[in-house]
Amino acid sequence: MHVDSTLSSLPIAEDADRPVEIRIDGLQKTYKTERGSVEALSDINLEIRRREFVSLIGRSGCGKTTLLRIMAGLVAPTAGQVEVGGKSLWHNGTVDSSVIKRLGVVFQDANLFPWYSIEENIALPLKLRGVKKRERLERARELAGLVGLEKFLRSYPRELSGGMRQRAAIARALSDNPELLLMDEPFGALDALTREKMNLEIQRIALATEATVVFVTHDIEEAVFLGDRVVHLTPRPGRIKDIADVPLSRPRAMEVQTGQEFNTVVAELRASLNQEDDQ
Amino acid sequence: MSSPFARLIVPALLPIVLILAWWYTSEGGSSIFFPPLSQIQERFQELWLFALVPEHVVPSLQSILWGLWISIVLGVGLGVLLGLNGYVATAVNPVLQFLRYLPAVALLPLAIQLIGIGQEMRVTIIVLGALWPILLNTIDGVRGISPGLIDVARSNRLRNFDWIFRVVIPSASPQIFAGIRASLAVSVILMFASELLGASRGIGYFILEAQRQFSLPEMWSGMILLGIIGYALNVVLMAIEYFALAWHRKARI
Repeated sequence: MHVDSTLSSLPIAEDADRPVEIRIDGLQKTYKTERGSVEALSDINLEIRRREFVSLIGRSGCGKTTLLRIMAGLVAPTAGQVEVGGKSLWHNGTVDSSVIKRLGVVFQDANLFPWYSIEENIALPLKLRGVKKRERLERARELAGLVGLEKFLRSYPRELSGGMRQRAAIARALSDNPELLLMDEPFGALDALTREKMNLEIQRIALATEATVVFVTHDIEEAVFLGDRVVHLTPRPGRIKDIADVPLSRPRAMEVQTGQEFNTVVAELRASLNQEDDQ
Repeated sequence: MSSPFARLIVPALLPIVLILAWWYTSEGGSSIFFPPLSQIQERFQELWLFALVPEHVVPSLQSILWGLWISIVLGVGLGVLLGLNGYVATAVNPVLQFLRYLPAVALLPLAIQLIGIGQEMRVTIIVLGALWPILLNTIDGVRGISPGLIDVARSNRLRNFDWIFRVVIPSASPQIFAGIRASLAVSVILMFASELLGASRGIGYFILEAQRQFSLPEMWSGMILLGIIGYALNVVLMAIEYFALAWHRKARI
């Protein structure tokens, strides 16, 4: 694993000087179903600073995916605002596409286009933007290097393992230099070992690209290992229950997971999640 | 089974056995309905290599290819439109199913009445039969696009043109090809049937005429030709599919 040594002395992200990248204000989402309406998110308020890595954690059905999809411009909120870099993402149920441009999204499934090679998949956002072929293939190669797929540029998605496909999806999300990377349980379908490796990779990528990251997961250790802060959502309706700071410097090695600071945060979050059962 | 030798030899075995069996059992047979294969083969060479090809084979092939091409363009075009508009597709579905099960041969008398007995009539009849498998498969394929790909397309702000040509049609293409293969078989049948009624050229016309004149070896040679043409068209289509859907083939391994 290659980690740029100049990054190791970075301050951790409580750095209050950094501008706010995302501001979520009074966000609410109600789904209409045949049996009435379901409140998926209620009064969500959150500020995320530039280059911060925020994990969103909660049980299935707590609305974390809904929250991420609202931030990704895929689901319209019922009420409230999402601002990215000071600009509103949603205007009365329609997305501002100049804001979407600044986002990269990674889903639980890689969702690669099976009829395109890895290279073409990674460069797809650039192709749609009309970037010239030479330039976008160069960028695809560069990104494939970043995610360790340089030998598979000409392969097709189904020839790759799940972990490799997810790397390609991450590279695709990064291809247009997003300021904000949104990830919805991207490693949920991977085995534990691949997942650990991907966690190290995503930390390295976040540091290297200086992107702000919002990372949805239901795994406490993963959330704490990756996040500068861990936001805990509770279900029905989805609300922010608490926000835990993770006081660990970066880059973090796998070994921090045996340390006391790490385990204190994990224990607190676990207690907080278990409390939900008693309510 | 994976060696090229096995892949070429094994499928050839049964046809060779059947041809040999036919050859020897028909030799010296007395039925005028089943002339010896050697005689049929002689006729076949005289007639179809390539004396009568311009007169009878070319018009038949033209009808099939035009009919199939128009069916593909209409079927894929309408299929994408209907597949992307769920309500419209639901609304027109009963009519589509009705038309699909209405045998196109049943429309022959009407088509002759309205269009006459030219090639336009035959192409029209082929389209009326071959359109449905392509259309219905395209609708299905379009509606079956993975929601994940839709998310990716939306978060990359795909324009309608890119959405249809880079995502919708490729995604539906395995099903579109299955539809085209079914339509090819229908096209061959309808080509033949439409040539039985009021044509003066074409393989169907030739076979009917040969039967009327009791030229049974000629009739048999026409039937064999028809089979060979159908088979050859299918091989061509499979070859196109093999290259167009290379990604899908890899996906299934």
